[in-house]
Amino acid sequence: MSDTEKPSDIARLEARLKEAESRRPPEDTRSERSKGLSFAFRIGTELVAGIAVGVGIGWALDRWLGTKPWLMIAFFVLGAAAGMMNVFRAVAGLGGQVGYKAAREKRADDGKAGNGKKAG
Amino acid sequence: MAAEKHSPLEQFLIKPLIPIKIGGVDLSFTNSALFMVVAVVLVALLMTAGMGKRGLVPGRIQSIAEMAYEFVANLIKETVGAEGRKYFPLIFTLFMFILVGNMIGMIPSTFTFTSHIAVTFAMAAVVFVAVTILGFVKHGAHFFSLFVPPGVPIAMWPLLIPIEIISYFSRPISLSVRLFANMLAGHTLLKVLAGFVPALGVAGIIPLAFVTALTGLEILIAFLQAYVFAILTCLYINDALHLH
Repeated sequence: MSDTEKPSDIARLEARLKEAESRRPPEDTRSERSKGLSFAFRIGTELVAGIAVGVGIGWALDRWLGTKPWLMIAFFVLGAAAGMMNVFRAVAGLGGQVGYKAAREKRADDGKAGNGKKAG
Repeated sequence: MAAEKHSPLEQFLIKPLIPIKIGGVDLSFTNSALFMVVAVVLVALLMTAGMGKRGLVPGRIQSIAEMAYEFVANLIKETVGAEGRKYFPLIFTLFMFILVGNMIGMIPSTFTFTSHIAVTFAMAAVVFVAVTILGFVKHGAHFFSLFVPPGVPIAMWPLLIPIEIISYFSRPISLSVRLFANMLAGHTLLKVLAGFVPALGVAGIIPLAFVTALTGLEILIAFLQAYVFAILTCLYINDALHLH
């Protein structure tokens, strides 16, 4: 009797579980969305931080060498370039990497393995 | 005085609770320090209480502790790989400290210590210095090759190396500014909107609805900022370990 009862109970539970599972939104899209949002937070500040550091270095060098304001102008441009490069690297999925080679190899590996995992 | 009391920025004021002065340096125990202690005690309690029973079927507290552990462990596995396991304590500590600090800040009339750049920059500087030392220990002087983009003609080096150096030094800035600015802006916005509620009378229900919705958003941001801080720490460690 318990032999006949148990399988039917389990089967019924299984069916209910399946039904409940089908109603649930896929986990992937939810975690993907919050990952995308966290990525967006990263990008905005990368750009500003590059400029801030560039201007800071230029200002300090100007004070030290007495070349006001030329180095600050030069480093502002370099800082903006660094900021844009940071953004480019992050968006291209190269991670926080300074430089390209390791990231390029990583991407080639990813392509081979077939999992286009982005570092971040 | 009255205007000061209702200022949306008043919540970020640091008040010394126990004034301590050693050799002209102000080392007072402030409200910021108090909530840092609260955060550390909460995390320690969560982990010890959660792992105390070691049930095969976890209870609520144990589930939270295990989820936090697994979340950070997976994060490290995805970004750094197996070698990253050694750095789990650092990343887990940072993640839990920031997460709990942000979440405590969501409780009305508490102090959000992550909304001060002094706090976030201290954490970012620890990460930056630790990762730089790690790179030097692992690779020695070869670590400087990080600043030379490979496959670039030597004529371009004088232009590209400063850019790479700036890019490297922008890491702690972006790490700390992102966390502090998000917390500061979010909490200020909440206070400003909340200030409209009594001022508008019956129509105050509109800003009240906004504040309610924004509180939900702020809780999401509180979590995401801790996540971003942790994932970037992982990426930096990964860079230091795997040099080109």
